[in-house]
Order: sequence, then C-alpha cells, then structure tokens
Amino acid sequence: MTDLTKITLAGALDGLTAGDFSSVELTDAHIEACEAASGLNAFITPTFDLARDQAKASDERRASGTVGKLEGAPLGMKDLFCTEGVKSTAASKILGDFTPTYESTVSANMKADGMVMLGKLNLDQFAMGSANETSFYGPVINPWRNGEDLVPGGSSGGSASAVAAGLCLGATATDTGGSIRQPASFTGTVGIKPTYGRCSRYGIVAFASSLDQAGPIAKTVEDAAILLESMAGYDPKDSTSLNETVPDWRGACGQSVKGLRVGVPKEYTIDGMPSEIEALWQQGVDWMRDAGAEIVEVSLPHTKYALPVYYVVAPAEASSNLARYDGMRYGLRVDGENLADTYERTRTEGFGDEVRRRIMIGTYVLSAGYYDAYYLRAQKVRTKIADDFRNAWDSCDVLLTPTAPSAAFPVGRKINDPVQMYLNDVFTVTANLAGLPGISVPAALDGNGLPLGLQVIGKALDESTVFKAAGALEKAAGFTAKPEKWWA
Amino acid sequence: MTFIAPRVADKKDWLSGETGDWELIIGLEVHAQVASKAKLFSGAPTEFGAEPNTQVSLVDAGLPGMLPVVNEFCVEQAVRTGLGLNAQINKFSRFDRKNYFYVDLPQGYQISQFEFPVVGEGEIEITPEGGEPVSVGIERLHLEQDAGKSIHDLSPDETYVDLNRSGVALMEIVSKPDMRSAAEASAYVDALRQIVRALGTCDGDMEKGNLRADVNVSVRRPGGELGTRCEIKNVNSLRFIRQAIHYEARRHIEILEAGGSIDQETRLFDNVKGETRTMRSKEDAHDYRYFPDPDLLPLELTDDFIAKIKADLPELPEARKARFVEQYGVPAYDAGVLTADKATGDYFEAVATGRDAKIASNWMMGELFGALNNAETDLADSPISADALGGLIDRIADKTISGKIAKDVFGKMFAGEGTADEIIERDGLKQVTDMGAIEGFVDEVIAANPDQVEKAKQNPKLLGFFVGQVMKKSQGKANPQAVNELLRQKLGL
Repeated sequence: MTDLTKITLAGALDGLTAGDFSSVELTDAHIEACEAASGLNAFITPTFDLARDQAKASDERRASGTVGKLEGAPLGMKDLFCTEGVKSTAASKILGDFTPTYESTVSANMKADGMVMLGKLNLDQFAMGSANETSFYGPVINPWRNGEDLVPGGSSGGSASAVAAGLCLGATATDTGGSIRQPASFTGTVGIKPTYGRCSRYGIVAFASSLDQAGPIAKTVEDAAILLESMAGYDPKDSTSLNETVPDWRGACGQSVKGLRVGVPKEYTIDGMPSEIEALWQQGVDWMRDAGAEIVEVSLPHTKYALPVYYVVAPAEASSNLARYDGMRYGLRVDGENLADTYERTRTEGFGDEVRRRIMIGTYVLSAGYYDAYYLRAQKVRTKIADDFRNAWDSCDVLLTPTAPSAAFPVGRKINDPVQMYLNDVFTVTANLAGLPGISVPAALDGNGLPLGLQVIGKALDESTVFKAAGALEKAAGFTAKPEKWWA
Repeated sequence: MTFIAPRVADKKDWLSGETGDWELIIGLEVHAQVASKAKLFSGAPTEFGAEPNTQVSLVDAGLPGMLPVVNEFCVEQAVRTGLGLNAQINKFSRFDRKNYFYVDLPQGYQISQFEFPVVGEGEIEITPEGGEPVSVGIERLHLEQDAGKSIHDLSPDETYVDLNRSGVALMEIVSKPDMRSAAEASAYVDALRQIVRALGTCDGDMEKGNLRADVNVSVRRPGGELGTRCEIKNVNSLRFIRQAIHYEARRHIEILEAGGSIDQETRLFDNVKGETRTMRSKEDAHDYRYFPDPDLLPLELTDDFIAKIKADLPELPEARKARFVEQYGVPAYDAGVLTADKATGDYFEAVATGRDAKIASNWMMGELFGALNNAETDLADSPISADALGGLIDRIADKTISGKIAKDVFGKMFAGEGTADEIIERDGLKQVTDMGAIEGFVDEVIAANPDQVEKAKQNPKLLGFFVGQVMKKSQGKANPQAVNELLRQKLGL
C-alpha cells in the first residue's frame, strides 16, 4: 500500500472518493507520522483523539452520501486560530491555558467542509517572527537540513514544517508580512496569502489587523487552491471581509499562461542576496516566457520603503491589539502590588522578547509628538506603495519575484539581530501593505540542497490568475525534491 | 483648540469679586446613550438594571480574535440627532481607537470618533429661566462606546467589574463655549434633553446616567482674555450642573484674585458636599495614542440615507413652541411648558383641536398639572385622557355646566368616576337655562328676604348675596348670567 503521508491533498480526496482508503486510515497514517516527528516541534497541541473521532464521523458522512470539499482530509491548524474547546495559545505564555468557547470563521468553514484536525501548529509568538524561534513552546525545526538544524521560516513555521514533513495534507497559516510565503519558500511547500478580506479574521488572534490575512500552506498549487476555496468567503462578523463569491480556483491551476503579461520589478533585489536567487528568478522568467507569457519589466519605486513602513504600521496596530491581554479576564495573571504593577508583571512575564519589542515600538510610534512623523507618514507611504502596484497593472497582469532573500538559515543565527531577521520579509511585505494576493511556489534547490521559492503577486481579487501563473511555474520547475526523513 | 468666545454675558450674570467683575465661560460635553436595544459594535442587549455581566458578548469582553461590527441603527440615531441640532452631517466619518489600560475597558482601548466625527457644527436656541433666548453652537457629535463599570465598595481590597455597559453606544455632543451662566448651561442641557427625547434617539434619563455632562468652566474679565478652564466630569442632574458651576466659578475667582493661577485639570463634583475636587492634573493626562481602528471601515453615508432620516424627522420642541404661540395663540411661557416633551404637546393638541385653545391650555396648566402634581404622578399616568378633558371642556362651551361645576366634575373624573357626561348625568349637574325655572327661584329668594331687598336698593353690592341664594336653591345649576340679569331687573338695580 502506498504511504498515505506522501500523497497530495487532491490525491487523498480522490482516493477517499474511490474508496481506496478511509479517512480513519488516512488519519491514522498521519497521526503515526506526527508521533514520530516530535523532534520537529511542529505542534503545540496535538488533537489526535479528536482527529480520530472526526475521521470516523467523516467516513460515516461519506457513507451516507454527504461529502464536503475537504471531506476526511487530515489537516493542521495554526495555533493562531481560535478553536472551540481546544487550547488556542498564539504560541504565547499569556494565552497558554486559553481554551475558547468559539470557533474562528476559517476553521468553522473547514469543519463544515469535513476537515479532520490533527492539532494546533506551532508558530512565532503572536505571529511575530520570521524563523519560528519566538514561540514560548520552543523553535520549530525545518525538515530540510544542511548538517545542522535550520529554521522553517515564520511565523507559520509549524504549518510549513508539518506539510513539508508529510505530517498533514495541508495546513492553515496566516500572513501579516510574509508569514505564509517565506516559510513555504524555506520548506519547499506552496503558500498563498489571498487578497486582504478574502478570509475572515473573526476568531484569529489579531497581530496587525490591516495586514493579517489567512491562507493555506500545501504540497502543491492545486492543493493550495482546494484549501483556500474552503477557507475563504464573506463573513458579516468581520467588517473588512469582502462580499465576493469564491471562484473555482482549483480549475484555474492548470490553465495556460499564453499571452499573460508577467511583470518583473527591477527593485526586488537587495545587497548580499545570493546569486543563486538572482539566477533562479531569471530562470523563472524564462520558464514563464517558454510557457507563452509575455515578460514586461516594471518599476515599483517605493519598494525600498516597504519594510520600514511595515515596521511602523504592524507594531502600532499590535500594540493596541495586544492591550487586551491584561490578566483581568482570561489568560496569565501575575499579581502585583497594585493594578499598574499587576499589568506590568503579567505582561512582562506573559509576552516574549520579540512581542514586547514590537509593543514598545508600536506604542512609541503612536505617541503624542511622534504620531505624525511615524504612523501618519508610514500610512502615506503605504498609499504610495499601493499606487506603485496600480501603475504596474497598466502593463502587466502578475508580478514575478523571489519569495525571500535567502534559503533557510540555522536555528539561532539571526535571533539576536532583529534587523537581519526583519529583512526576511523584504519581498513579501509589499503584498500585505497593498492587500494583494501573493503565492510562493517551490522552484529549485540551492547549492546546499535547500529549497528556494518564487513569488507571484496578483491584482486584488484576482487569485485565479495568480493560481494560473503559479501552476505554470510549478509545472515548469518540476520540483519534486523531498527532505530526507532524518527525524523519524 | 482655540475657542473664540465673542459674546459677553448680560451684566446681571456677571460675578462680582473683590477686584471687580468676572464673566463665566462654559462649554459642555454631553454624553447621551443611544436608545438602542443592542450595543454599538456587538449584538449584546443593553437592558438597564440587568444582573451584572449578563449583557456581555465575546466582543464586549475583549476575547482574542473578536471583531467589532458597527450597529447601523446607532449610526442612524446619531444622524437623526445631528439633524435635530441643525448640524452638518459628515458623509465621511471614521472610528478611532483611544488606548488606555483600565479594568473596566476589556479591549484596552475605547472605540470613538476622534478626527472625523459623524456630525459637525450645528446650533440650537435655548431660553434660560427668566432670561432671553440664547443661541448655543454645537461643535460636533460623535459616536463612541461606553466602558464597563468598576465597583470599588463591595470589598475592602478588591474591585468588581460589571461589563454590562461595556460597548453601549453613546453620542458625545460637544458644545462651543457659548454659555455665560449656570442657568444657561442648565437650560442648554435641558434643551438637548428635550430634543433627543422628541427625536427618540436617547431617553434623556439623567438619573440612570443615560444623559450626563462634562462641564468646562473658566472665568475672565467681562469681554477679556479667556482664562484657563477646568473640566468637571460626569455631572448627572441639572441642579448638580448649576451647583458645580457656581462652586467652580467661585473657586477660580478666589484663586485669581489672590494672585494665583488656575491649573488646567479634570475635576469631580461631590454632590453631597456640593464641591468639586481634583481628579487628575494635566501632567497626569493619558497619551491616548489615537489611531484609526483597522477593524472597522470608515462610515460613508449616502445622500439617500440622510434624506430618508430627514424626511422622517418629527417636529422639534423649539419649532413646536413657536407654532403653538402662532397657531393656538397661547402665551410663550405656556407654549414652552406644553412642548417640554412630546407627550405633553400631543395631549395639548388633542384637547385644543376644534376647541378654544386658550381654555384647553388653562385647564391643562391649571387643574390637570395641579392634580397630577398633588397625586405625585405625571401625564403618562393621567387618569384623564385628552379626549376626556376635551369632553369636559365641550360641556362648558355648550353651557351644559358652568366653569365652577366643571371643576367639581374634573375632580370626580380624576378620581376615576367616569367621563364628564356620565358624571353630569349621574349627579344631575346639567345647568338650568330654562328662564321660567330660574325666575321661580329668583322670586322665591326675593320673597323670602324683604329686608335685604330694601338694603340692596341702597347698596347694589348686595346683589352677590341674592345670586348666591338663587344658585344655592338651584343647586348650582342655574345659568349664572341669567340669574344676574333677572335679579337686576327685579330689584331695579
């Protein structure tokens, strides 16, 4: 019998439909893989018993003729999504014992579609980080290695690592500045951040509300489309949710890119970027041209301001969003001498260094006397960055860029150098600032045998074209490499 | 913010100090709770007096991942109120976060409208008691959510928090510093109260805290440079507003005349001692770090939305008052009383329509309000409906009963004994207008009092005695005019 952890989500759904195996069998195979992979530290809270129950219920539903979009598929849930009756920690100490009485809209949609949830996946604390090293529950290890333990990227490191290691058929993730796409690039997986407003933010622990967006990490472009079709959809409980129907993205994946205008933004390069990445980018351009696309050079002149803008806007929103974790109603509480002291102790002990750093930056940029120079100016530049894209769409339909400026790096290498760490998001953060869909597709291995991804950015609400281009890229790259299974 | 305060108070409102006269400058921020069954950003109910923490949704309690969704009904009420204040309605407005930590603020921020309020400048006319009408400018009206309630006196070492109010919709109505006396400030709040009640956008109940005021007070030499102001927080009755202003003004004058200066600060009014005291100084003021709430889209109102609300606007107290004077010919003072709230005005119009409006007004202002007052009740619980009072007035008009008898009938109606017609019928109170019958009574009285008849011829004032006797004989039912005429004739007066 084939190894059920090596098949794709699409393949698994076909196999379930054909009756080749049951959801219980599929789920058991993945639970076994998860249990063997504890060294990756991909899970914060495994929910194997729940998964077995859900798999059994799914098989029964299937027998009675009810088959949802994700019927019986064992998947992972980033621990930023609140899940009813299951601990939801945001990888923090402050929410370490928090069990919601409610379900996020995205996870509810997937439940309604027949998902089997294997557990809550590790992440950077409150999704703040680019290496999954800020988790209170320890770093996640990348299944790909180069003689030493490597980071899986972040913040959705648990999701990326689990999908790359075959622990689940796909996983949810969230992306505020690159947290889906950069880990996908580091782990040889596909990750898409859809248009801002496609997925409801209801029930997702907020980091930076105007940038946060949920999306999947998957083994293939088609799998990503299947997952996103289930996750997305209008939700009146989120005022920023878009009232748009969800198109047939799965169908878009195989379509021809003949005549598609692919923009290549000349600003997407930074000092010290490995030449291999430049070369791969050029390779990607050639692949698209060979597939019939028209290549257009475009300019996004404000790109260099994207990262500074992001590190003003995101911490500003975070400083306010995280104010609710005060030890008064739920979560960790450390009693002090008086109210102010209790706040201080609770939040000092409950938040990790990176979270505290961002709360302080955010508080600073919103303070009287600094607001205009930082927050207000950043918002103005953010508008300019969005305008850059709007202008680019006059001459192209999608943009092709590298996903990240490096391959996965060793655990501990950048954790004490925040600026180096922040540079990881330099190519992904623009799509968040402009609210655009962006996907990372694994394209090649570097000289050290580590995966590198290419990014496709599309127009708002035009995920269909993004999937089409990503599918063409995936086909041309023919990336089939898998990490050696050293962890089991 | 620079406030321009061109109007100089009437001399009678000047306050005299040791070193000369002073003028009061007052501006108010009134918080009016939107009359809505649900909160501003959550579906939770807003019932008053419910058990603590029973009107709280996940959003109101600030749970992780919870998002606000604006309650359109509340927006509509804010626009309605704005139109009632003759104010500019801003088609674009935005919600901002006001960040601070406190136990009764679950999110760690209050959602308010800082930079772009839904309603801009407006103006209302007020009439302070015993004074001339004054126009008061409205600076803005914005929507914001209320915080929960901290209860410090249930335990010696713990604070209890009730989140029932957390997220309740408030309209903050900010006036310009256009008031020059405590009477004006109190009249302004009263006028606002009447307007929101007439519009139905707030119940105006100050006792429940559904309408409360932050009072900004400063003093200056009449017409001179503006002084430093102090803000007195959360004053919740008209009387307390007046008391707080009087106290605060005197405090300022004393400090200034002793050569001191006023510290800009936030103060509390102690309604037991009748004093204000420091709550926090300017140095302790929070840095609220306002910024646009990224969870909410800006409010964008269409012309159609505003036009629909406008078309549905009821007549407001000030306009109604003017109409009562014009249409019914009642004095301005009476018109003011009759339009103090919508129900009173409606009652009056029901009574006055098709009748002598002055008589209707007199009966309401005299007998009815007097009786309601004695019974310690109000018009809403009046035992006499507008129709019933109208019925009584009709019987006076058609001379079925005299005004004097009518007062007795009114008393019986108020006691719940029936309609005017029923009581007149039951007690046989119908006025006698049959001249023959009246003549009979007159003859009888004259015959029975020969001495008095002689005296009356010398002293015509004795006519009253005869009228009284005749009325007595007729049990009050004889038409007094007819009695008078007949007596004069027969006594030769």
